[in-house]
Amino acid sequence: MRRHVLSSLIALVAVVSLASTLAAQAQVAAKPAPAAKAWTMPRTPDGKPDLQGVYSNATTIPVARPANLGAKEFYTDEADKAASAAAGGRGGGRGGAARPAAAADPEGNGLAVHYDTSQFGLGGPTVKRAASLRTSIITGPEGRVPALTPDAAKRGAERRAFQQEHQWDSAQTRPLAERCVTWGFEGPPMMPVGYNSTLQIVQGQGFVSIVQEMIHDTRVIPTDGRPHAPAEIKQWMGDSRGHWEGDTLVVETVNYNPLVSIQGAMVSDVAKVTERFTRIDADTVQYQFTVDDPKTWVKPFSGEYNMVKIGGNVYEYACHEGNYGMANNLSGARATEKK
Amino acid sequence: MRIQSGKMQSRLTKWSVVAVAGAAICLLAVMPSPAQAPAYKAPKTKDGKADLNGIWQAMNEANWDIRPHGASQGPVFSLGAAYSTPAGLGVVEGGDIPYKPEAAAKQKANYADRLKLDPEVKCYMGGVPRSTYMPYPFQIVQGTDTMMFVYEYAGAVRVINMAAPTKAPADSWMGWSNGHWEGDSLVVDVTSLNDQTWFDRAGNWHSDQLHVIERYTRIGPDALQYEATIDDPKVFTRQWKMSMPLYRRMEKNAQLLEYKCVEFAEEVLYGHLRKQPLKGDSK
Repeated sequence: MRRHVLSSLIALVAVVSLASTLAAQAQVAAKPAPAAKAWTMPRTPDGKPDLQGVYSNATTIPVARPANLGAKEFYTDEADKAASAAAGGRGGGRGGAARPAAAADPEGNGLAVHYDTSQFGLGGPTVKRAASLRTSIITGPEGRVPALTPDAAKRGAERRAFQQEHQWDSAQTRPLAERCVTWGFEGPPMMPVGYNSTLQIVQGQGFVSIVQEMIHDTRVIPTDGRPHAPAEIKQWMGDSRGHWEGDTLVVETVNYNPLVSIQGAMVSDVAKVTERFTRIDADTVQYQFTVDDPKTWVKPFSGEYNMVKIGGNVYEYACHEGNYGMANNLSGARATEKK
Repeated sequence: MRIQSGKMQSRLTKWSVVAVAGAAICLLAVMPSPAQAPAYKAPKTKDGKADLNGIWQAMNEANWDIRPHGASQGPVFSLGAAYSTPAGLGVVEGGDIPYKPEAAAKQKANYADRLKLDPEVKCYMGGVPRSTYMPYPFQIVQGTDTMMFVYEYAGAVRVINMAAPTKAPADSWMGWSNGHWEGDSLVVDVTSLNDQTWFDRAGNWHSDQLHVIERYTRIGPDALQYEATIDDPKVFTRQWKMSMPLYRRMEKNAQLLEYKCVEFAEEVLYGHLRKQPLKGDSK
């Protein structure tokens, strides 16, 4: 146990110092949306931009920029992208988006890819993805999640140590995703997953709702200008409020459950995430986000990807209802102890 | 009452399916139903449909037992009066559920073992129609080609397809919903429901042959009438119907909050597999 704590501390120090050497000025500006051709913004009957539809946010863009690309935020063209991939510079798993260092996830979900989706025929060309020349989802010259504050590093280390020591004790000490409490990617910010990267947006009077297939997590976001719910109410997906800035839906989320992790770090009580949804053509919604939590990261960071309209439906992901794995894992652990 | 309903059943079984449906309509026409009461003119959305947007909730005792029932002691003695069962007038039109004999026996067995078997105890999604009248709000987000029904309990969600009807690829907990407008009523045809959900805490049940036709009608500025026609030839001798008003959550700041109840069900589902058993049955 002591050895585990020590080694994770060493790993953490390494991660933190690496990140701080790379740290430069915060950069939150996003690239302007590509100019639309002969396309006019479709609107709902009440005149708001119509974002409704079923989308995929699957992407091969890694969260963090491959180190060899330096401050290069965009490939010049597809050939450049291919050449970079051939040179081993392309991040990400075969089927999904790259995650930050595995060790950084306090819940122990830090596999680079949860499943190798190519094994199930779900990778590669079978998945519709928005075209992009971005080198990383995180924008700015650094293209990666900034360093943790010392306090956040400590929080994370303590949590990891606890999880490590008690991982087989009970359902309650298993990772959140394995418990079907939250998948860890639904955010906000919503991050692409290796598979089931499907979401649907429906707009009603004064509300926008977003269901993500993983794990049927739904947000119903008030857009009528009301204040946030009382801060005593902490939620796994936080508390979201939306408003329109021109043709962009801006959603601000606060009051996260203290066990929520964003990009591998447990957020604090002051975490605030701002998302911007802009429909940029018939098939594409540009998704931008900024994570601001001064108690967790040394500076805010922003990211961007496009989600693309797909045909079909969002299907029911009854994660908890079908969670046979939990009982099997625990009974396995009990059987092992008896040996 | 019982004799009458028995008589009606034996008569009904002689009729064709079409005649049964017709009879049900005639029967309903003479029954007092708030849906038919004073023609309330529903406010319209900007695209001219009856406006069902809102956060709605049932205010009845159907989740304990959809049939008429007296008050009774709850299943956990230590919870005393706080978690016992309030009496309810029932929401089943005609009062009784037309179970086949063996199906009626299964309901009794379900009830006897409800602490172990009720999917609500396990935080499983409530299914249709139960999710509508569980003691939690749900929200209707009315889009143009789609509507989203989001339920606070277990974060269950249904997307109602308002375009040409589609078919489910597989059964699911919340089923497959195709909707259309009949005048100012939203009619939702729900199929491909699995056999894992119940109607209530009393063990009233259905099979995977369940077919539900729901009807949502505005009956006032802050109320909807909800009707669900239940068909399941494996379990019931005929179609039957439940109906109830649903009320708007009128708080200025009303919103759905999370009730991700997995956490609250883990002890009951997996507690026996703990390394160190918990002492006692409470926190």
